[in-house]
Amino acid sequence: MPDATGLELAAQELSEAIPQSILGTEFHRGRATLLASPAKAHDVLERLKGMGYGFLASLHGVDYYPEEPRLGVLYELFDMERVDRISVKARVHTDAPSIATVIDLWPGANFPEREVYDMFGVVFEGHSDMRRILMPEDYEGFPQRRDFPVGGEPVLFTYNEEQSDGKFA
Amino acid sequence: MTLSEDYRRREESVTLSAESPSEGETHELLTLNIGPHHPATHGVLRLLATLEGEIVRDVKPIVGYVHTGIEKTAEDKAYWKVIPVVERMDYLAYYFNAMAFCGAVETLLGIEVPPRAQYLRVIHLELNRIMSHLVWLGTSALDLGAVSMLWYSFRERESVLDLFEMSSGQRMHTRYIQVGGVIEDIPRGFADRVKQFCKEMTRRADQYADLLEQNQILIERLRDTGKVDKDELLALGVTGPLLRAAGVPWDLRKAQPYSSYDHFDFQIPVGTIGDNYDRFRVRHAEFYESTKIIEQALEGLPEGPFITPDRKVALPPRHELATSMEALIHHFKLVTEGFRVPPGEAYYPIEGPRGELGCFVRADGSAKPARVHMRDPSFTNLQAFPSMVRGGYIADLIATVAMLDPILGGIDR
Repeated sequence: MPDATGLELAAQELSEAIPQSILGTEFHRGRATLLASPAKAHDVLERLKGMGYGFLASLHGVDYYPEEPRLGVLYELFDMERVDRISVKARVHTDAPSIATVIDLWPGANFPEREVYDMFGVVFEGHSDMRRILMPEDYEGFPQRRDFPVGGEPVLFTYNEEQSDGKFA
Repeated sequence: MTLSEDYRRREESVTLSAESPSEGETHELLTLNIGPHHPATHGVLRLLATLEGEIVRDVKPIVGYVHTGIEKTAEDKAYWKVIPVVERMDYLAYYFNAMAFCGAVETLLGIEVPPRAQYLRVIHLELNRIMSHLVWLGTSALDLGAVSMLWYSFRERESVLDLFEMSSGQRMHTRYIQVGGVIEDIPRGFADRVKQFCKEMTRRADQYADLLEQNQILIERLRDTGKVDKDELLALGVTGPLLRAAGVPWDLRKAQPYSSYDHFDFQIPVGTIGDNYDRFRVRHAEFYESTKIIEQALEGLPEGPFITPDRKVALPPRHELATSMEALIHHFKLVTEGFRVPPGEAYYPIEGPRGELGCFVRADGSAKPARVHMRDPSFTNLQAFPSMVRGGYIADLIATVAMLDPILGGIDR
C-alpha cells in the first residue's frame, strides 16, 4: 500500500493529468483508496495501469445506502513489482447507473463486471456481453442492493403451487 | 398460465446458439452442451461448446446454478456468525475462506493475532491445501482414466479430515478460525498425529508420482494441451497454480506474507510452458511444500494464548464466567449482539489453493457487516478457460477442466 503521503501524491499527479478526475482520497488502516469521478474512472485506471498497477485483483460493487450517490464500483489494483495495492472507487446514482467498462484494459474484468451488473444494476458501457451471470436471466431486481429484502423472494413448494399462478418458479 | 406452460414458454425463449461462425469458415459447426450435470465438469458447470468436427472453436462457460446468495446472507448476520456461511463458498477451502474474512475484520478492528494462533492457522491452512489438492488429484485422474487414484487420494483426504475432527470437532466447515485467533488450542496428541501424517503424506506423494508419471495415457493427454502464456493469464486475472505453471513464481505467501508465513522456509514450485502437465506437476509439488511448512510450524509452535485477550472481540474462557461478573457481561454481549466494528473498508487477500482469495468487508459501525465480497479465484480463473481450449480437441477440454480445478461453490457463492 502507498502510505498516506504517497496516496496524496498519486492523487495530485492524476488530477493534474486528467482534470476533475479525482474527487478525494481515503486512507484507513493502511488501505489507500482514490475516489474517482465515474466519467473519468476509465482514464484514471488506464493511467494507474501505466504507473505500474498492472494487475486488476478484484472488481466489486458496494451499496452505500442511505448515502448518495448510493452505488460504488471498487477496483482493487495491484503492482506486482513493488507489491503495492491501491483501490479506486467510483460512486454512481441508482437512477440509470452506468460506468465505462475496463475490459479493454483488463480482459479479466469481464465476469466481475457482469457480477456487479447482476447484483447492483450498474451497466458497464462498452461491455461486449452485459448479461446477468449468477442470477437467472429473467430475474427482476438487483439482489445485493441494501433495500432488496433477504428472503423477499417466495419459494415454490408443492403446497403453494396452486396459489402461485406461475408467478414464481 | 400454469406453471408447466410458463416453463415451456421460458424454455423456448432460451437461445442455445453460440457466436456465429466467423467469415471464411465453411465447415458445419456443431453446438454441444456439456453439463451442468456432468461428472467431468467438477460441479454444476455448464459449457456451451462450438465444435468443428472434434476441434473446439469456442466455448462459453455458464455459471450460477449453485448461487445461494451467501454474500447477501452475510449482511444479515453478526460478524462471528458470518464465518460459518463464508466457509461454505469454496467448499474445499473452508479454512481459507474463514481466514480471508477474519483477516479483513481484524484489519478493520486493528487487533493483533497472537503468534500461537498465527501458527495454528498456518498448520490448518496447509492441511486444508493438501486436502483440497487431494480432491483435485483424485477427481482429475478419474477424468483422465486413472480410476484407482480416486481411492488413494481420498484415503489420505480422510486422514486430514480426521485431524480436523480432532482439533475442531468437525470434519468439514469447521469454524476453527475465529476473529482474533482460533476457537480452541490443539488437543493433546494432535501435534504427533500431524507429524505422522506429514511423514506419511510425503511417502504417498512419491507413490502418486510413481503411479501417474509412468502412465503413458495420462502424460499424453496432459502434455502440450491447454497452453496459455503468462501475459494472457495475468491480463485475465488468473492467479495460483495456473499462473505458476506458466512460469511466474507468484505466491502471496511469499510476496505479501500474512499470518507469519515469512517464518517458514519453503519454495514456490513453477512450471515452464503452462500446459496441463505443468499444472499437474505444480500442484503435485505443492504437497511437499505444504508438508514442509506444517512440520516447521509444529516445530516452532510458540507458547501463549490462542486467541486475542481482547474481551470485546473474543469470548472469555469458560471458567471465568463462574467467578467474574465482567466476564459474564462480555460473554452475554458477544453471544447476543456480537462485537461492533468501526466504520471502514478492508480487502484482505490470501493465497488459497486456487489463487488469490480476497475478502472485502465494509463495516458501518454496527454489529453486522454492510458488505462482504469474496474475490474467489475459481470465478476469475474460469475466464481463461476459453483461451485454454480453443483450437484443441474436445477430449482435451475435459482434461483442461480437470487441471483448471474450478470449485463451483466458490464461483457461484
